[in-house]
Amino acid sequence: MKKRVFGGVLCGAALLVAASFSADRALAAEVNLYSGRQPFLMDPLLDAFTKETGIKVNMVYLKKGMLERLKSEGANSPADMILTSDIGNLHNHVAAGLMQPTGSSVLAANIPANLRHPDGLWYGLTTRARVLFVSKSRVKPGEVTSYEDLAAPHMKGRVCTRSGKHVYNISLLASVIAAKGEAAAEKWAAGVKANLARKPQGNDRGQVKAVFQGECDVALGNTYYMGKMVTNEKEPEQKDWAASVNLVFPNQNDRGTHINISGAGVTKSAKNKGNAIKLIEFLSGDAAQKIYAEDNFEYPVKAGAKVHPIVASWGTFKADDVHLADVAERRKVASRIMDKVKYND
Amino acid sequence: MALGAKRVSLGWLNAWTLGTVAIALIVTLPILAVGYVGLTPSDDIWSHLVSTVLPGYVWTTLQLMALVGVGTFIIGVGSAWVVSTCRFPGKRVFEWAMLLPMAMPAYIIAYVYTDILEYAGPVQAMLREFFGWTTKREYWFPEIRSLGGAASMMTLVLYPYVYLLSRAAFMEQSVCVLEASRVLGRGPWRSFFSVALPLARPAIVIGLSLVLMETLNDFGTVDFFAVGTFTLGIYDVWLNMNNIAGAAQLAGVLLLFVAFLVLSERFGRRKQKFHHTTSKYKALPGYQLTGARAVLATAGCALPVLLGFALPAAVLASYAAIHFDDAANAEVLRHAGNSLLLSTIAATIAVAIGIFMAYAVRLRGEAVLKVMVRLASLGYAVPGSVLAVGIMVSLGAFDNGVDAYMRETFGISTGLLLSGTIAAVTFGYLVRFLALSFGTVEASLGKITPSMDGASRSLGHGTFSTLRRIHLPLIRGSMLTAVMLVFVDCMKELPITVILRPFNFHTLATYVHQFASDEQLGEASLAALAIVGFGVLPVIALSIAISKARPGHGSNTEKEMS
Repeated sequence: MKKRVFGGVLCGAALLVAASFSADRALAAEVNLYSGRQPFLMDPLLDAFTKETGIKVNMVYLKKGMLERLKSEGANSPADMILTSDIGNLHNHVAAGLMQPTGSSVLAANIPANLRHPDGLWYGLTTRARVLFVSKSRVKPGEVTSYEDLAAPHMKGRVCTRSGKHVYNISLLASVIAAKGEAAAEKWAAGVKANLARKPQGNDRGQVKAVFQGECDVALGNTYYMGKMVTNEKEPEQKDWAASVNLVFPNQNDRGTHINISGAGVTKSAKNKGNAIKLIEFLSGDAAQKIYAEDNFEYPVKAGAKVHPIVASWGTFKADDVHLADVAERRKVASRIMDKVKYND
Repeated sequence: MALGAKRVSLGWLNAWTLGTVAIALIVTLPILAVGYVGLTPSDDIWSHLVSTVLPGYVWTTLQLMALVGVGTFIIGVGSAWVVSTCRFPGKRVFEWAMLLPMAMPAYIIAYVYTDILEYAGPVQAMLREFFGWTTKREYWFPEIRSLGGAASMMTLVLYPYVYLLSRAAFMEQSVCVLEASRVLGRGPWRSFFSVALPLARPAIVIGLSLVLMETLNDFGTVDFFAVGTFTLGIYDVWLNMNNIAGAAQLAGVLLLFVAFLVLSERFGRRKQKFHHTTSKYKALPGYQLTGARAVLATAGCALPVLLGFALPAAVLASYAAIHFDDAANAEVLRHAGNSLLLSTIAATIAVAIGIFMAYAVRLRGEAVLKVMVRLASLGYAVPGSVLAVGIMVSLGAFDNGVDAYMRETFGISTGLLLSGTIAAVTFGYLVRFLALSFGTVEASLGKITPSMDGASRSLGHGTFSTLRRIHLPLIRGSMLTAVMLVFVDCMKELPITVILRPFNFHTLATYVHQFASDEQLGEASLAALAIVGFGVLPVIALSIAISKARPGHGSNTEKEMS
């Protein structure tokens, strides 16, 4: 018995050694990516890149632990580039000294200045707005027009959101801190908490579903979820959820709607820096921006790039023009405020 | 061989101790690395947490542990006892079927039940239709996304740990002690409570402690259900406050709590020994249940299997039918290959090491050894992603240390040797799941009376020969159990695989995760079903092997073992 066990161990060890040596040792033109965005979202874009340039893209999808992995791998890290779906992550990587400055005329032309780091440590690739989904039947026009309304007395028991600790809600609160200061932001968060119809739960689509079901009248959510629900052929019930709400861009009469970005940056350890810059250029270029807009209903960052007709149907809006780096700075405080007001209890 | 027997056996004695200490050190390194991360300078989170959410985290976690502990104890021990000692319709099937929910990851069953039981789900829709209700306010229905919901989900998929270990214990108990109890006038119930249950205590405790550690570490289910547990707090400090040091400190507190629980239970039975009570075995006679009792036994065993396995698997299959397309199938097959390969390798190594360490402790019993093996099995008590960070830190330090040394002395760069390879992932599984194999093997070895060792040694066999010829055959059932436990847990494992894996590498679990993280399980239902399917096959095969491995199996006449 013991012999067989040992045999098994030996075979296993041999396999492991063989596999780890045959993996990613190729010398072909390539770029190595740590991605916080799901492979099923990125594959069409990366395939198009490889087709155009011949550069192979290798990817690990990881949200938690990306920063720690880069840190512990140090200068030997194989990663050339990171992709994230929120400004917070990009900011943390910059603060940890893991990114390197890059620049190219193409990137400068494709991406507006407020959506990239001044030294080129990160680049925004798409934007999304955090908007209000309001019940068509139970909310009168003009009844809810701002984030502040979510905390107003007339919305008592009518509001649904996902966890207060989700990155999207933390970033929204951070933007409120940036606009009105910490004390006012805490009061706002406590006000929204007091107006919640139910304990925060589920994802952004789940909030729209809750409006559809009559559990609440107003929900917070990112714009692209609306596009995904309206076009969901495999789960057509989501079309009904979407049909029950109007999409309202909040704060159009003052600072504008909070936006966030998905973005990318080149790591300090990059061995294929040139290829990484090529990939970011590609992702901010016409072809990729079109895929982002059409497949994922995001707003392209490139001036002149077309949005999806469904996205266009929501109309244009005024975005909060605070620099996203300022929002990212305030995320820690925002997270503590969520604890203080016991948002998730 | 015979000539140098004495010298050789002394050499083995040293090898057992040294080997165990060396392995334990390597496996403990990542856990120590978590401690190291906790000591790095960072913002103080404690005063903030204590004054805001920490009391809530602790209270919620304790409630969850109590609910899951009681639930898995009742279902696990109850069904193991009935299946082991009674005859009733379906008993043969339940022997292995009770284990099926083990293959179902908790976060997947949570997702499935939310779909079924929430307001828009079929159950409430049917009730509304039937009673003519139109809005939510007109009736009460239990909220699935709640503490109770999370506890139910975890109980349904975790009770098999308790079942498995207590059944093994009941089967290894000589029927003679039960007969003695009955002869002395105790009824079946009192025999169970005063003889069988206390004798099975070490095994049941191991099962329960595995369940509770899984409960403590769970992220997927509590996150999805928005139940604010301690572990959720750890992730919040890490990711939202960008404070891995604070998260590691919290994880350290969790670890101390687990260590305290484990030690106090051991202290409670410090004077008890649980060696096999007699060497006479025969097949358990089986107490024939009839009428209402038989129906009750069948229903009681069927319910957890239906709810924990059959129903969710059927729902997944219906999703898979909607989302079925050819491209995905080829991919899923490739990911399944990765899952199976990694899980098999990790399970084999974990059990080999578990046997080695448990036997070394039995042979030598030095205090250092005992402390080292305990430390080496702490990986199971650290939340997966935090442990993964500890593994990355230690592998990174090793790789970069070797690289720096090689550059300095030979002018060549070795780069990252282990970080980001499947060897790293396998090592991660080992660090995490060694407690499963070690605990299972240790409990079983503990039941072999030391006089067996003495007899074998005095007949001229060395330690290794004794292990091979005496112990391994006797603990075969538990060895297979250990293989199965580690294998199934590796199939479901998520955070370590996600964080440590190489480029372009997927297991079934990570493939499911990319969709589940966006609550789009439908898209990955085929892969989810594959996790369950591939996990179920070894569960069935091994549980049949385990029944056969029982001493005295296959013979109705008494058989002497010694």
